[in-house]
Amino acid sequence: MTEAITLTIEDGAASSVADARGGLVHRFLRRPLGVAAVLVLTLIVLCAVFAPAVTWNDPGVARLDMINAPGGNGYLLGGDSAGRDVFARLIYGARLTLVGALIAASVAAVVGVGFGLIAGYRAKTFDLVVSAISDLVMVLPSMIVLVALYTVTGPNAYIAMTVLGIMLAPSFFRLTRNMVIQVRENLYVDAARVSGLSDTRIIGRHILSAVRAPIVIHFVLLMSVAIIIQSGLDFIGLGDPSVPTWGGMLQNAFRAIYQAPTAFVWPGIAIGVTVASLLLLGNALRDALEDVTSRPKRRRSVQAAPRSAGELGDARPAPGDDDRRAEGALVRVEDLVVGYGRRDGSLNTVVDHVSFEVRTGEMLGVVGESGSGKTQTALAILRLLPEGGVIANGRIRVGDADITAASEKDMVALRGSRIAYIPQEPMSNLDPSARIGSQLTEPIRVKLGLSRAEARDRALDLLEQVKITSPQRVFDSYPHQVSGGMAQRVLIAGAVSCDPDFIIADEPTTALDVTVQAEILEILRGLQKKRGLSVMLVTHNFGVVADVCDRVVVMKSGRIVERNDVVSIFAEPRHEYTHMLLGSSLHGRPARGRRDRVEVHQ
Amino acid sequence: MVIFIIKRLLIGTVLLLGVSTVTFLLIYSGGPDIAEQILGGDASPEDVAAKAAQLGLDRPLWQQYLSWLSGAVRGDFGVSWYTSQPVLTTIVQRLSVTLSLVLLAIALVTMFAVSVGVLAAVKRGWIDSALQFVSVLGLALPSFWIALVLVLVFAITLAWFPATGYVPFTASPTGWLASVILPVIALSIAASSATAQQVRSAVIGVLEQDYVRTLRARGLSARRVLWGHVLRNAAPPGLTVLSLQFISLVGGAVIIERVYAINGMGSLAVDSTLKSDIPIVVGVMVTMTVVVVVVNLLIDIVNGFINPKVRIAS
Repeated sequence: MTEAITLTIEDGAASSVADARGGLVHRFLRRPLGVAAVLVLTLIVLCAVFAPAVTWNDPGVARLDMINAPGGNGYLLGGDSAGRDVFARLIYGARLTLVGALIAASVAAVVGVGFGLIAGYRAKTFDLVVSAISDLVMVLPSMIVLVALYTVTGPNAYIAMTVLGIMLAPSFFRLTRNMVIQVRENLYVDAARVSGLSDTRIIGRHILSAVRAPIVIHFVLLMSVAIIIQSGLDFIGLGDPSVPTWGGMLQNAFRAIYQAPTAFVWPGIAIGVTVASLLLLGNALRDALEDVTSRPKRRRSVQAAPRSAGELGDARPAPGDDDRRAEGALVRVEDLVVGYGRRDGSLNTVVDHVSFEVRTGEMLGVVGESGSGKTQTALAILRLLPEGGVIANGRIRVGDADITAASEKDMVALRGSRIAYIPQEPMSNLDPSARIGSQLTEPIRVKLGLSRAEARDRALDLLEQVKITSPQRVFDSYPHQVSGGMAQRVLIAGAVSCDPDFIIADEPTTALDVTVQAEILEILRGLQKKRGLSVMLVTHNFGVVADVCDRVVVMKSGRIVERNDVVSIFAEPRHEYTHMLLGSSLHGRPARGRRDRVEVHQ
Repeated sequence: MVIFIIKRLLIGTVLLLGVSTVTFLLIYSGGPDIAEQILGGDASPEDVAAKAAQLGLDRPLWQQYLSWLSGAVRGDFGVSWYTSQPVLTTIVQRLSVTLSLVLLAIALVTMFAVSVGVLAAVKRGWIDSALQFVSVLGLALPSFWIALVLVLVFAITLAWFPATGYVPFTASPTGWLASVILPVIALSIAASSATAQQVRSAVIGVLEQDYVRTLRARGLSARRVLWGHVLRNAAPPGLTVLSLQFISLVGGAVIIERVYAINGMGSLAVDSTLKSDIPIVVGVMVTMTVVVVVVNLLIDIVNGFINPKVRIAS
């Protein structure tokens, strides 16, 4: 149990660097479960602190007439097997339970966070040694250790909980250490160091402020772990019998299970409610924290962007575009709206009434800044929008297939063999645990029904076509063993492997070195010409457009603001946004073939 | 891969040495007090001294440790101070009982966690919410409390299963199953829901990876990508969780064995620690560490087979 909880929180907390603490309390208050948990815990703490006021019965006094008696007669919940007041023992039992949990969590926090801060900040030998020790302690079953050390600790809950705290410290240590390392790599710590602040002040001011929220969450969750383990110790008789505890009450009830079968219910509920409240509190805190840190997501709302009348006008197809519309269009996107459902049920529109077409054998550039909706448009055509994304309006046709109306089964048939996709980040787009060869051949075998050997030959041939000099070596490699440029060639080979007629290339060169970019574009252009492919090239870079595209569509805030053939758009950009993009893309970029041609046309 | 295993074995040996040293020193640091504990408060100082001498507790701690260690590396962990049986014999008898409980529980946990976790990750919706709810409940209610409920309902009220006792598999396979079914369920409930949660987040984590979309863009069905690629990549974190669960199940078994009066390692540990039968206590710690090390090693090896990076990086 202990270990599993630890793991959960590390997932959540380590990934977040909490800069925005201000919103945390506010966001937490909006979570009903978390607020309820706080109320319940407050009630339990108050009962424990003011126990004598809550019940006037002494939890230690035994009344012979109340042995295993039902509620009433001065005992609210009846008597236990020794004739003591169950209710009074529950209330007083909360004391040791809560104090014990606090001790364990505090010891774990002090030891773990202390060592974590130093190890994370100073690194090197200290980190190595402490990390090794922490790993050792982590694998030991804490229950067994506590049982074994009972010979040394005796029936003393405080010592036992201190030992437990040390056993739990590694989770705090790892959490803190990882976060400190993360923070340390941030610039502001460097800046602080340059400005001459001492190490202790840097740790104190910058690092602690970043890690304290996850530490609070972890503290709460470790308290719940401690309560369970402590009650377990009491239950097996390793606790102090003179102090009322919930675990001890369970032991007592267990011994009398034939005389008073339901006596174990009350202490069980007490433990369950307390631990569940702590867990829910921890979860609510974590969710609130994640909300704060992950607020600005990649997708941007279109509605938030101001829209001028001019933009709306330009969204209409440019003159001359309609003339060629009827014939030769392989892909036709009409009035497409893509959005993401908000919590309140409304739609956050990211692609706003977009229409365009890709003609057979042409390369269409879709240009815009990140957040302009170009990638969302591309994913909508593949019907692979991220979770929550929907095509809210419009039609997409690829050849004679209606994408918007197709079943998922039809889409599976279409993807790969008619529509293919080349992604942006080559490295993250290959399955890291499968060999490149098997990733290439799997779709070939599934889609084209080829045998293993035939698929292999085809894959090797494709690798050669994308100008890989030693196809066999790449075929046998794992993705992490090849370079980014190599991986992108593999992905291009994969995209054309099942003979599609339309390829969506989403920023295929953005993540690559400048030298590799040109080669990749050349490969893409070569394949397109040779196979007569239609390509939709998504990019933010007009230089790329100049190199390879025939026509251009410019997108801004989910809308198309300008469209034209590549020569005209370079010659006379009509929209100021296009002007701006042109300025930022071409500045300082060496002129290549296509651009020279553009200038000649001028 | 061989180097990888050897490296892991070395780390395991270091861990074992560390744990046994610390345990030994901590527990034996009581010295003559231990003899007094055994004899009870009324014993005369002479008797205590004699007992301490008899048990070798009067020697310097490091001498006691070295003689223990030299025996231990040859498989001799001394004899019980009460039964005079060799520690190893006693432990081996008890270990099979506990291991059969824990292994059965981990099998149950794995089956439940993988099926429900994957389902919750893929389908979301009510399965997801139900899982969240059950896992909070599973973590909040101590396993021994669940064990009590099971005893009351299925053993005392319905009398479907025996309330206590353990039947060895060799004596009667069906009897064995009947005797372990309640303890195993009690052990598994919390671990299952917690592990299913972890599997769920591992699978969701992989589903959000770019390559999943790319594989689907190449025309592989969602199902094919899930079974062929997603699960494989979600396996390492899943296995890590399982190995951690194994450790906590071993701890949980200590308490569950008390509820069902099963004479396994847990009962042995508690009984020995209550009567200061220290050679047994140290032996139990060492054995449990060995078990944990072996399980971790097995998981690491499986991980190495699944994940090429682990294999090659070592």
